[in-house]
Amino acid sequence: MAVTTNQSAVDLREPSGWRRAKNQFATGAMWFTFACMLVPLGFVLVTVVAKGASTITWQFLTNSTIPPNILPANIGGMGAAVVGTLEITGGAAVIAIPLGILGAVYLNEYGGNRPLARVLSFFSDVMTGVPSIVMGLFIFTIWVLHFGYSGLAGSFALACLMLPIVIRSSYEMLRLVPDSLREGSYALGATKARVTLTVVLPAAIGGIVSGALLAVARAAGETAPLLFTILTVEATNPNLFSGANTALSTQIWVNAQQPYAGAVARGWGAALTLIAIAFILMIVARLVTARFARYSR
Amino acid sequence: MMEQQDQQEQQVVAKLEIPQTTAAAAELSTADADRVFDAQNVSIYYGSFRAVTDVSISIYQNEITAFIGPSGCGKTTVLRTLNRMNDLIATARVEGDVHYRGASLYAKTVSPTAVRRRIGMVFQKPNPFPKSIYENVAYGPRINGVKGKSRLDEIVEHSLRQAALWDEVKDRLSKSGLGLSGGQAQRLCIARTLAVEPDVVLMDEPCSALDPIATGRIEDLMQEIKARYTIVIVTHNMQQATRVSDRTAFFSVLRDEKPGRADTRTGVLVEYGATAQIFGDPQDERTKAYVTGRMG
Repeated sequence: MAVTTNQSAVDLREPSGWRRAKNQFATGAMWFTFACMLVPLGFVLVTVVAKGASTITWQFLTNSTIPPNILPANIGGMGAAVVGTLEITGGAAVIAIPLGILGAVYLNEYGGNRPLARVLSFFSDVMTGVPSIVMGLFIFTIWVLHFGYSGLAGSFALACLMLPIVIRSSYEMLRLVPDSLREGSYALGATKARVTLTVVLPAAIGGIVSGALLAVARAAGETAPLLFTILTVEATNPNLFSGANTALSTQIWVNAQQPYAGAVARGWGAALTLIAIAFILMIVARLVTARFARYSR
Repeated sequence: MMEQQDQQEQQVVAKLEIPQTTAAAAELSTADADRVFDAQNVSIYYGSFRAVTDVSISIYQNEITAFIGPSGCGKTTVLRTLNRMNDLIATARVEGDVHYRGASLYAKTVSPTAVRRRIGMVFQKPNPFPKSIYENVAYGPRINGVKGKSRLDEIVEHSLRQAALWDEVKDRLSKSGLGLSGGQAQRLCIARTLAVEPDVVLMDEPCSALDPIATGRIEDLMQEIKARYTIVIVTHNMQQATRVSDRTAFFSVLRDEKPGRADTRTGVLVEYGATAQIFGDPQDERTKAYVTGRMG
């Protein structure tokens, strides 16, 4: 039944004129910048897929030795570099993630305003800004010069790069845990260590894990820290701890400089593989966050 | 026939008498043995700011003691002093003596953890952990060393029953504690506190975020559990104080006359006595003004 009324209707429309124009302008500007941001991303993805997709085969991903540069693209593959990237990045994650989380726990739960905490926080911020090639040089002088090239040296260099990212992202997640939860735990007779381990970390773990995986994805794509540390060879080296190794990122760097079509094509293939690995890590990060968040709503 | 009728009448009389006896001021114990807390000349500072000055108060076993007063009068600060929660604030400092069952709470050898294990706290805003309902209640017993599923199951059920929440959540114990309504979440927090079988339960405005029905539930619950616990409740709601408490302490804000201080406000204990007396026959003008609604 229609509501009948003899009142004149109140005007509930969007206020017109200047205010509406400003609103439309701001919305338009937002969409424009969003589109601008997508352009380079789209170009990168389209180019890499267009030039790299044709080389990707099972053999390309698993081949144990990278063939000589003069061979055409349909022969051999980057299996050795896939193994190397997984090993080296994995090693870096094992070093940097626990250290980074512990550092963040110290900063947020224990450090307070103490000098050590302030110094740590300052240096982790400084480390974020250090060029990645400097991390490589650092490990070169303190490790490679004494023990030679190895995947482990590459892991160290990547760990240096990841550490400040893990500290910063974990710290931000711990800061989001409300104090009321800590108080609730203290009021039950928990010690500080208990509060941290059983309430604060579980409450923040989703964000911490996703931050850590993003740091891993970032490290997996780094080239410069590996240049001086793993030497970039052609054969698969399953031993992370000794002997020169190889990685997708450095293989891209090496192959892209070659005058041979086959090598360049393999370089594109490696680039696509690397993007795919980073993409998978991002998806895992999302899933992990969702999984851990099941009690937080 | 006559006898039966007599008996029935006596039962009715007995029932009627129960609220009268608990309400009567004369019935409240002042025996030393029943004294749970004994605070003497307690002043509490946050940095150089003296939040509370010279509070002396005794709190008795199996009673509900209400702290009332206007905002900023230090009632929550005093409450948090009773289980050393103020230790968590780096600048907080306590002067004076706080005794709990004969032991000095602020002695050097006292562990705040051991104190809080015996003296639990329910907070203003329900703060269930982001864990399942079961894990929320089992948390306290677990960190205090209770092991074994059957023992924990027992404690969880018993605590949730005491908190009058069992029937509402028994089918979803594995669901998140954050999915409960405000009133349920607060009862979950009470269950969590009771699960470690504390001696004292401190409640800091436990109903301020709840609707009247949820508030009524929690008040009933307090009456049911007070036979086993000693309860101290901070409340802004004077009706609540009259409904639930045996004794009431009225705090107020005093201007600190010492020159050179940035903030000269400080909380003081104005009057402490049986609830019926504080609201029915207040001795101090400030109490009178507050409880009759002329101030605060």
